[in-house]
Amino acid sequence: MKRALVRYSPLLLLALAWEAATRLGFVSTLALPPLSDVLRAWGGLLAGGDLWINGAASLYRAGAGLALSIVVGGALGVAMAWWRPVNVLLGPLVEMFYPMPKSALIPVTALWLGFGDGSKILLIFLGCMLPVTLGAFNGARSSDQALVWSARSMGASRLRTLWDVVVPSALPELLNGIRTALALSFVLLVSSELIAARTGLGYLIGFLGEGGVYDAMFAVVLTVALLGFVADRVYQRLMRRVLQWRE
Amino acid sequence: MNDQARAASGPAGALGWGLAPWLSVLALALAWEGVARSGMVTPFMLPPLSVVLERIGADAAAGELLRNLGLTLYRALAGFLIAAGAGIVLGVAIARNRVLRWFFDPIISVGFPMPKIAFLPIVILWLGLYDVSKISMIVFDAIFPVVTATVAGTMAVEKELLWSARNLGAGERELLWEIVLPAALPQILTGLQVALPIALIVGIVTEMRMGGAGLGAAMMTASRFADSPGVFAGIVEIALAGYCLVKGMAALRRRLLLWHQEALAPTTA
Repeated sequence: MKRALVRYSPLLLLALAWEAATRLGFVSTLALPPLSDVLRAWGGLLAGGDLWINGAASLYRAGAGLALSIVVGGALGVAMAWWRPVNVLLGPLVEMFYPMPKSALIPVTALWLGFGDGSKILLIFLGCMLPVTLGAFNGARSSDQALVWSARSMGASRLRTLWDVVVPSALPELLNGIRTALALSFVLLVSSELIAARTGLGYLIGFLGEGGVYDAMFAVVLTVALLGFVADRVYQRLMRRVLQWRE
Repeated sequence: MNDQARAASGPAGALGWGLAPWLSVLALALAWEGVARSGMVTPFMLPPLSVVLERIGADAAAGELLRNLGLTLYRALAGFLIAAGAGIVLGVAIARNRVLRWFFDPIISVGFPMPKIAFLPIVILWLGLYDVSKISMIVFDAIFPVVTATVAGTMAVEKELLWSARNLGAGERELLWEIVLPAALPQILTGLQVALPIALIVGIVTEMRMGGAGLGAAMMTASRFADSPGVFAGIVEIALAGYCLVKGMAALRRRLLLWHQEALAPTTA
């Protein structure tokens, strides 16, 4: 606890500097509302339910899109590493689409599925799939050939070997790919909600900003930033737990 | 992945595997055209590839393509270069100075996983809608991977290297340029390779949100007018630009690291 306090003290300093700079009039409160006002606005958003409703919409979209991308992307990556024809067929496409700036898909998904949940889920699914695929592919490809051979020679079927040998050894890289996808899912979620949505935290930020309610806007921005940070920390802890057997 | 196959199957096989990537790209193009023309989907949902290519040709002939592409690349690359320069300087400084490390370490470890794009409306509030705010947003987003990679790379430089250089009479300045930066270069380049696509993604989002021409803004305009060939033309253009930038960066890495042992290792790229 004390160590964490010392470690994160620069953030506290920044918060104090923020409050002081605005209270003492160094910066206009129109450009930067005092931190205390932002916290009060945050309480108001919580009590009024705005944060809950829009937050639930956002988390649902990110969660559904990410879950789809993990299942499909992971299966695709393992399949590419395990069956050569799949790799020959899909490898070039993965390589071609991987560097594509995923935000380019925002208008297309909106064109296909409108402004609601569907377009965000599709966007996050498509955008997050390739990092997972690449992680699973690299992990599965590097699985120890000797382990595969011994499993096979002890009579494990091809599918059994795949599930019991290849997938576990692909896990570290797969989990790293999912971590990239997790960060990307937040970016795509907020971007698409800022650009084309009628609910969600990103929409709320844009709406409050256009209405000039800056203390509330800062409150939602900080909420989103905090959510992204907490999600990454929780995921890292989970990842360590899952990979414990390797030690 | 293709190298081993090539070595194993001789010249004839090498030609076959060399062509294979193009075949699946061609198959995808044909499938797009076929599905769009079959009547399974409306041309609004998926205009045929030929129509989209025609549209790109028309945009190119009218000079629109060059203008929008130029603006997007200018913003993304300006932001990327500022983030690269500032990120490397900051990273080296953090790695070498304990006070800076104490101050920036929590900021970076909290800031890196945050979806910084959420700050876009704040950046608009402070800096307006034009290039300055777009480029600032890109710098803000792209600097984190550069700083973390530079810190990690600089801290990992072998102590023996530094000691022997000092012993041979190298000054601090020489130490930095001749030992630390070259030794950290592979990791710094990895950070830059992460930052470049981020710069492009963020650049396009800022254009979509704020307008002001560029490929992202052009796509948004097309989308508002329900002009789906325009939207798909934008996707193809942006995808091509991203592909060229990322491949160019990988080529630059190979060129800069010719002396490094990673150049000898087999690669898949």
